[in-house]
Amino acid sequence: MGEEKLIASVAGSVERVNKLICVKALKTRYNGEVGDIVVGRITEVQQKRWKVDTNTRLDSVLLLSSMNLPGGELRRRSAEDELAMRGFLQEGDLISAEVQAVFSDGAVSLHTRSLKYGKLGQGVLVQVSPSLVKRQKTHFHDLPCGASVILGNNGFVWIYPSLEHKDEDAGGFIPDLEPVSLTDREVISRLQNCVVSLVTQRMMLYDTSILYCYEASLPHQIKDILKPEVMEEIVLETRQRLLEQEG
Amino acid sequence: MAGLELLSDQGYRVDGRRAGELRKIQARMGVFAQADGSAYIEQGNTKALAVVYGPHEIRGSRSRALPDRALVNCQYSSATFSTGERKRRPHGDRKSCEMGLQLRQTFEAAILTQLHPRSQIDIYVQVLQADGGTYAACVNAATLAVLDAGIPMRDFVCACSAGFVDGTALADLSHVEEAAGGPQLALALLPASGQIALLEMDARLHEDHLEWVLEAAAQAARDVHTLLDRVVRQHVHEASILLGD
Repeated sequence: MGEEKLIASVAGSVERVNKLICVKALKTRYNGEVGDIVVGRITEVQQKRWKVDTNTRLDSVLLLSSMNLPGGELRRRSAEDELAMRGFLQEGDLISAEVQAVFSDGAVSLHTRSLKYGKLGQGVLVQVSPSLVKRQKTHFHDLPCGASVILGNNGFVWIYPSLEHKDEDAGGFIPDLEPVSLTDREVISRLQNCVVSLVTQRMMLYDTSILYCYEASLPHQIKDILKPEVMEEIVLETRQRLLEQEG
Repeated sequence: MAGLELLSDQGYRVDGRRAGELRKIQARMGVFAQADGSAYIEQGNTKALAVVYGPHEIRGSRSRALPDRALVNCQYSSATFSTGERKRRPHGDRKSCEMGLQLRQTFEAAILTQLHPRSQIDIYVQVLQADGGTYAACVNAATLAVLDAGIPMRDFVCACSAGFVDGTALADLSHVEEAAGGPQLALALLPASGQIALLEMDARLHEDHLEWVLEAAAQAARDVHTLLDRVVRQHVHEASILLGD
């Protein structure tokens, strides 16, 4: 092409810093960055590692050596550990993890080397676009309404009932299978519908916006939140409250 | 069909258009929330829907993974109610497989597959109403869907069909004009560089006429590009307003 014109390869918003011009697409798959919290689902159990689906271009990798052993032991992983991999995590399990490294082709390597990461028990998963999750200091929130939420940077939002006591010995592997009470279930359903309505109106997701949306939705019934008129009303109120709080 | 003149003496076609005039095009992006990218297009009475998933890990056989680029997988399907006579097999028949292959060739030329090695991009196109120019509508819908998914492309891919009647080249054929049996050509173009992604014709056409028909199709594709560009810009503009930029 003889003309001096730059043509973008994606459709999105332009960001310009001096001579650097960057076009950010409206919605893409998640690009892993070191230190991000992600929620993912195990797709495969391979030799010495698990493959995790994290809404990325290639499945993420969770190495056996990057996983905490139950009880928090620190030792070299042996052949018995390798054979017992399926006992820890099977296909279809949900985990929360942190990004350890990014390979050259974009694949992400995860680790769960802390007690707050690990297999997720009872709760609800909402899949949203990664661009709508705001980057914050912490992505694990205990909301005052009675539920907790993990906002994965990859767009997977996990809503679960708050645990009264944290079981330190288990190291995050023994899922809590006690029945969840009806009030807790209602809170979680309402939160899920709030997250869906925020996402439909393309609002950024963070703890304050979810909380304000929850409070704005209290006058309505849980199933009415998904109706378009109610959705718009709730999100408008949330937007106004957030603007007041900033200004 | 005796007495049906595709081009009148005053230069009007059966539906009242001029020789080089396109049908009315309306398009929308982001129609499905659950897919990575989706788009819907109406070209006159031809309606097509495209859905894109990806790039994602290759499911099924790992051996198909290409180490240096992404695999593009296209499937074409036309609804049983899309044509005048109810179709028995919506997909899996020979025409659908051939269309799928042509779409794959078109998009492998346009999508920057080197950026996503070992992954797979799925493009599913469904024709809801077929009134001529189905390949063109599918390509245009798929272009919008790929852009909606945020997959980098070399350029828009704009397609249009063209025919030749009474010494004049016609652009954007409708079903009536296609069924009349004259030569028809389908062209997919990358407008900025003028490069042809796919050119398909299976009829007999004198080589002197080829240049005119090709020029009519190329001009029509460039007109389609203007329209699609406007649709994309509007969609991005609306979305960024909602995000509060």
